[in-house]
Amino acid sequence: MRSGGRRVLITGLDSFWGGRMAQALESDPEVEMILGMGTSEPKVPLERAEFVRADQAYSILSRIVRATQVDTIVHTFLVVDSTRVSGRALHEINVIGTMNLLAAAGQSGSPVRQVVVKSSTLVYGSAPTDPAWFREEVPRTASARTRVERSLLEVESYVRDFAEDNPATVVSVLRFANVLGTDIVTPISSNLSRRFCPSVAGYDPLLQFVEEDDVVRCLEHVTRNRIPGLYNVAGAGKLPWSEVAAICGTRLLPLSPVGTQAAAAPLVRLGMIEFPPELQSLLRYGRGVDTTRIGRTGFNCRYTTAGAVESFIRALRLRRNVGEASPSYTYSQDIEQFFRHSPAVVQSSGESSVP
Amino acid sequence: MTAEEQTLAKEKQAALVPLPRSDNAAVEGHRLSDVDEWGRSEHTRSVARRIYAPLYNNWFRVEWEGLEKIPQTGGALLVANHAGAIPSDAPVIMHGIEVELGRPVYGMADFFFRGIPWFGTMWARVGGVPAHPDNALRLLHDQGQLALVFPEGTKGPSKTYNDRYRLRRFGRGGFVEIAMRAGVPVIPIAVVGAEESMPIVFRLPSVARALGVPYVPVTANMLAFGPLGLLAYFPSKFKLRVLDPVSFDVPSGQERYSKSRVMDEAEKIRTDMQETLYDMLRERRSVWFG
Repeated sequence: MRSGGRRVLITGLDSFWGGRMAQALESDPEVEMILGMGTSEPKVPLERAEFVRADQAYSILSRIVRATQVDTIVHTFLVVDSTRVSGRALHEINVIGTMNLLAAAGQSGSPVRQVVVKSSTLVYGSAPTDPAWFREEVPRTASARTRVERSLLEVESYVRDFAEDNPATVVSVLRFANVLGTDIVTPISSNLSRRFCPSVAGYDPLLQFVEEDDVVRCLEHVTRNRIPGLYNVAGAGKLPWSEVAAICGTRLLPLSPVGTQAAAAPLVRLGMIEFPPELQSLLRYGRGVDTTRIGRTGFNCRYTTAGAVESFIRALRLRRNVGEASPSYTYSQDIEQFFRHSPAVVQSSGESSVP
Repeated sequence: MTAEEQTLAKEKQAALVPLPRSDNAAVEGHRLSDVDEWGRSEHTRSVARRIYAPLYNNWFRVEWEGLEKIPQTGGALLVANHAGAIPSDAPVIMHGIEVELGRPVYGMADFFFRGIPWFGTMWARVGGVPAHPDNALRLLHDQGQLALVFPEGTKGPSKTYNDRYRLRRFGRGGFVEIAMRAGVPVIPIAVVGAEESMPIVFRLPSVARALGVPYVPVTANMLAFGPLGLLAYFPSKFKLRVLDPVSFDVPSGQERYSKSRVMDEAEKIRTDMQETLYDMLRERRSVWFG
């Protein structure tokens, strides 16, 4: 291993979480180098993180790991929202991408000492037979029917095998609850920002949310302190879906409890609601996860579930008044290279702010 | 200074204008309802109590004995015998304790209810919780609440009138194990009157199978009032007797307990309850007047 600070590789630098995580790590003096991989250009301004373009399944990853001698991989690029990509791409990104990543991290003479995986509480599913609060070791009670859930379960089983085969590597898996926050767009947040949002008639499930800042803080926490293990991360408490909708000032649009997907299809087509298959069972039975274990590592979410909802709605109200913030940043290869590598730029101890 | 505080300090230095940010203060958010993390709403519950009070006071004329044995604070697992096609004992016990002691009771029952639209939601709002060991442990140990279980499960209410007041098997003694793990006492409650409020004359097992429900009863109420009988209870006199709390001198928080010990304790509680029921029936002069 090289001497000096940590060398971190972040997957999905162009995605919401990759960008946020890179920004967070840039301010850490212990991190010597940050390398981000992505299929497209980064969407957030970065000071010193380097960017490498890669295909979805990360086939060049093992070369990159060898060449850059990274000691930490933060895998933020798992898709948990099936409305974003096709089923095929989902499989490529989640399953094949993770396989390549773990293969690269586990190759002989690998410099990698920690792998952080951002998973989701989707792996627990949502069923009437569920406990109100899932502990990490409690398996889901109903079999996984949706693509996203199946792929995440596969990913986690690969990661478990990897952890077993590489006892010297710190493997941290974080299962985040549904995220709400100031910036992130998910099917739930876009439903809540419309006039009508879908519900399943006769059901008022209890949901748990985590604020986006807490997600980044938690990823940072386990990365910085090299905490191994599997953890649930979610805000304290649960809210009924009807109350979430009421706080956000949207009306519930009850869909038939039988043939829900069919009832939703035309509305989805018209663009009135978003209703991915994962929502179907969630909006019936809800989900809760026990966060005692992550609490014991010294991490506590700053936002409760109700706090996350509030953070979301406050940002939404602002956007409704002043309009969508126009993207103030566009990535340009030449400019980024100039600031990072030109002898003309005076590097002040590696953590100056961007001009 | 923790690593997190360091970053915060650094972020502040880096910012052009120091942002007013409450660093470690939790953001609680505003709530609009009082639905708790189990789905129970005290507001809905109080409405339900108001509606149920006439039934409790004037129809069933409920009488308690030994209510002081139920603690004012701290967790306890209440177990009772279960009877009547649509069991009338659960609401009576929950209503009684909430009114008399002023503390909530969570009624643990089969997952089956949770899946039924409207009914499942209503059931959760008035204090129903699916009977999962983790749920019971959190309620009893972490939150120190009162939880009510019927160890007979559906075997209790599905029995016919011929078998009245004969306790069924107490499952696999899971309730004892939960109480041991949570470190709370088991408080048995013997209920007399529920059996006669809606007696089952016979069952239709093939219909139950076809509908996918635990049992389909034909009750005396249905024979008397037709379909209305599903809603109408006979005005049997309710008497409830709280038995002495049973504590187990085992360390709490263990993953497993001796199965034979668990079964023994469960059987002991069952025998006590059965004896108490027979005792109460010996004293009872009339089904309707007690």
